[in-house]
Formats: sequence, structure tokens, C-alpha cells
Amino acid sequence: MHDVKWIKQHRVGDKIFNISLYIFFALCAFVCFYPFYYLFINSISANDVSARGGVFLHPIGVHFTNYISMFMLEGLGNATFITLSRTVLGTLATLLGSTVLGFAFTQQKMWGRVFWYRWVIATMYFSAGLIPVYITYLHLGLINNFWVYILPAVIAPFNVILVKTYIESTPASLQEAAEIDGAGFLRIYATIILPISKPIIATVAIFAAVGQWNAFTDTLIFITDERLFPLQFMLYRFLTQSASLAQLIRASGGAPGIDMSILQYMQTPTSVRMTISVIVFTPVLFVYPFFQRFFVKGIMIGSVKG
Amino acid sequence: MKHTAKKKSNFRKWEGFKIFLFTAPFLLLVFLFAYLPLFGWIHAFYDYHPRFRMFQAPFVGFQWFTLMFSTASWRRMLAEVMTNTFAMSFIGILTSWLPMAFAILLNEIHNVKYRRVVQTLTTIPNFISWVLVYSLAFSLLSSSGLINDLLMRFDIISRPIMFLHMGNGDHVWAAMWGLGTWKTLGWSAIIYMAAIAGIDQELYEAARVDGANRFRTIWHITIPGLIPTYMVLLLLSIAHFLNSGIESTYVFQNAFNLRRIQTLDLYVFNLGIGAASYSLATAIGMMKSFVSLVLLFTVNYISKLVRGESII
Repeated sequence: MHDVKWIKQHRVGDKIFNISLYIFFALCAFVCFYPFYYLFINSISANDVSARGGVFLHPIGVHFTNYISMFMLEGLGNATFITLSRTVLGTLATLLGSTVLGFAFTQQKMWGRVFWYRWVIATMYFSAGLIPVYITYLHLGLINNFWVYILPAVIAPFNVILVKTYIESTPASLQEAAEIDGAGFLRIYATIILPISKPIIATVAIFAAVGQWNAFTDTLIFITDERLFPLQFMLYRFLTQSASLAQLIRASGGAPGIDMSILQYMQTPTSVRMTISVIVFTPVLFVYPFFQRFFVKGIMIGSVKG
Repeated sequence: MKHTAKKKSNFRKWEGFKIFLFTAPFLLLVFLFAYLPLFGWIHAFYDYHPRFRMFQAPFVGFQWFTLMFSTASWRRMLAEVMTNTFAMSFIGILTSWLPMAFAILLNEIHNVKYRRVVQTLTTIPNFISWVLVYSLAFSLLSSSGLINDLLMRFDIISRPIMFLHMGNGDHVWAAMWGLGTWKTLGWSAIIYMAAIAGIDQELYEAARVDGANRFRTIWHITIPGLIPTYMVLLLLSIAHFLNSGIESTYVFQNAFNLRRIQTLDLYVFNLGIGAASYSLATAIGMMKSFVSLVLLFTVNYISKLVRGESII
């Protein structure tokens, strides 16, 4: 009798615990996701309503003129171009550096292999500091130079380790067969290593691309030329300098064929901020769920190495 | 026979050298971007300005190092910056068990679909930039943002709360911790989720046969199974104690909270790039690099001592 009561109580306790867990995690998910939803519904709502803060459940007075006028804003098209270029080129640079080095370091016969491997890996553990780096880049001519986004990305010691570890885990017989056929380093790299390393390449590529897309501090430190500002930096400026934003809005004619004097469509600092934010986070939001397994794989391989 | 063997070995050497040649451009880039800046430390002993050419700047010896500690106002400034850095890192380390707890609790949800949706949604903030975090915070927390708007609508408050001023700096540490946790909690939990999946299921079955309830299995099986992972991450975060980075603090700094948000990294940036005191900022950054390296080796030594494994 006593036992049954104990189990019953226990089950009730268990149930309450379960329900609280479900509620707790629903809240976590909501807190993490709602801000994105809030910005999105506001960016497509009537601007006079959203400026008053009246939109928080669903969009009101849906229109897409905000997005159309965004492309009329001076400098934004250019910033999009910079962001896209640095994401594509920067990702390719990281991939090239980490696959060539990662593969080379698996070759026992490489001249000075151990030394050069340490040469690369050691850079993970020290940094000269911000100002010495700045001065060096200044002397290298990288200040206010687009390549400051790309060239430093070529070396990613952690990714070199990832690729090297991955290649070492694949059967060596393929490489050996190719070597017997007389294939050199580049041939083996292009025809064997790249195809078999697809999973790790995808992982490295996605981390590199997200990093490039989100990068902000390198612009802050090394760039003052407005033509080289990426979207993230434009967004930051719009967030902190409403004066320049208002000026920009007045200067732009708005979307063609739409009477911008109608309050609903009139661009406000709030509408511009929200719309750019949505443009900036949407790719990440869409890319992430589809590539989640690569991200998870990346963190797992990384943790093995520590 | 001997002759061909030698020829073969020479050929192999040449092949090995060719591989080096292919990597040489990348190794050169490593030199340019990671090693060459180390020579820049020399500027800590000069009064550097970009208009000077190398070594034309006046040599000042240890002037910058002594200046930092010379007057009361400099000492106060340094103490303030160090306090901020330590406080923020320390709060982070104190709460570093949160991702583990999050993973353990999430693992108690047996509906796989629900779990995956929660995991996906809570991980997303990790992949947006701090600028976007600021933008979201601006929309929700600024004086005209959603939270203030709702609170005023329901007459809970009469004047907007200035969240972004962070109580004129009084709540900066808590606010930055909260934002950082919002951003990284779900992502940091993933590594523990994977570690839980790696725990031998037979242990759980054996415990259940012995009559252990779920709290006991968590306490006696799950948590001990996660402690090694936790220790590695904890040691790494201690090694990175001074490296707060500038992105998060830079975007959230303003005139109201600067006194409490300025960490060592941000201070070096504001001083060096913002105020063009290159040499002084180099000197401060140099000391930081040394302390960081000492921390890293100490932590690695502890790890070797305790776990018999190196973390670097």
C-alpha cells in the first residue's frame, strides 16, 4: 500500500517536472527567436504604425516598399557587394589555405614538415596585439584595402588541424595508388584529396562564411574608406548615428512609382534600421537549420582536438 | 642497385621539397600576419606615429611602462579597466556550468522533435554578429522599444527604463552577461548534448534496475560523465581570461556606461586607434600578451598534472 502511494506521488512529481521542462524550453526558444520575428514583422508593416510600436504579434498593413527603397539608399548596394565579395573570396581563401596546408602536413616526405606544422599551429596561442598588428598592416599597405578582409583569412590554424586530422582518417590506399601512377602533389590534391574531403570542407566553409558575413571589427580597425564598408558596419553606423541616417533617407528618392509622402510608406530611421537588420540576419537564419549537422560536426571534431 | 636506391631517395627528397614549395606562399602569409607584428612590440619603446618611418620616431625607453603607473589618475584608469575585465570574465566563469545544465535538462525531454526544434532555435543567436545583437536589443530595449512600450501601455512604469544606458553603467556587467548568455547558451550546450549521447547507455539501464530515479541517474551518471568536458572548457576559458575581445563591448559602449564596460581589449582599441596613442597602447597590449601566455601555460600545466593531458 505504502509502495503504491510512493510510486503515485513519484509519478505526479515526474509529470510536473516534465511539464515545467516543456514550458521552460518553450520560453527559451521564444526568447531566442522572437526578436528576429519582431524585426521581420515590423519591417513589412506600415511604417507609421511600426514607428509607434504597434506591431508585435503580426504584421499590420503589409507592404514591401522598405526593401525596395533600401536599394535606393546611397551606399547600401555597395555595402552588399562588399559583404558578398568578402564572404565568397574570404571563404575560398580559408578553404585554399587550410586544405593545401592540411594536406601537405599529412605528407611525411614534406621538407621540414614538423617545423612548419608547429610554425603554423603556434600562431593559435599568441598574438602581437592590436596596435602592432595595425602598424604592420599599415606598412604592408593593407589599411583601407579590400584585401585586409581576405588575406589574413588564408591562415586558419584550427582549420588546418581539422583538415589534416580528417585526411589522416581516410584510407591511404587511394593516395598510394595515384602516386604509383605518377601523380604529383597538385594532381593528388585536386583529384583525390578535395573530393574525399567534402564533409570537412563543407564544415570549414560554413564556419568561414558565417564569420565573414558577420565580421565587423576588422572594418572598425583597418578601414575608414566608406566604399569598403560591409553591411554589418553600415548597420552599426545607422544604429549609432541617426543624423546621418535621416540625411540619407532624405537624399534617397524612395521606391520608384510609389508616393513616398504617404505615411505608411515613408522611411523612418526605425524602418531603415529594422529592414537592414532583417536583410543582414535572414541569410544566416535560412542557412543555419539546413547546415546544422555540419556545424555540430565542426564543434565535435574541434572538441576532440581541444 | 645502390645507385638506384640513392636516386630514388634523392627523388623523394625533391618531391618533399616540392610539397614545401607549394605551401611556401601560405607559410609566408603566416609570417606576415602572425610573426611580423611581433616586431611591432619595439614601438612600445618609441614614441611612434604613422607619419614617422621605421626607427625615425624618438626612442623613449620604458617611458610608457612607467607612465601607466606614474600618476594616481593613470593608476585609477588601469585599475578600472582591470576591474571591468576581471569582473566580466569572472561572471562568465562562475556561470560556465549553465550550458551543461541546459543540455542535461534538454536531454530529459523525450520528444525528439521538440528537442530538435528547441536546439535549433536556441542556437541561432550564436550565428549573428554583435552588431545585430545590438540592433535587436535596440528595437526591444531602447527607450521607445517594445519592452518599454508594453510596460508603459499597461501603466507598470511611467517613464521608460534606459536599459541601454545600463543604469548609467551600474548594470553593465549583468547586462553584458545576459546578452552573452542569450547569444551562446544554446550553442555551448551542443557539445554537452553530444557528450551525453556518448555516455554508455548500459550505465543508465543498470541504474534503473537498481531503482534509481531520473534525478539520481543525472547526479550519478550524467554529471560525472560530463565533468571531463566541462573541465577542459573551464581551463580554456581561464586561459582566455583577459581576451574579452572588442566586438561586444564596442557596440554596446556609450557615454553613460563607458566607465564600467571598458575592458582591457576595448581600452587598448580606444587608446590606440581611437586616440592615436600607438606606443602606449602597444605597451599595454604587450603586457596583456605576456600575462595571457603565462595563464595559458599555467592552465596547461595544471591540466597535465590533473588530467595527464595537455590542452594546447
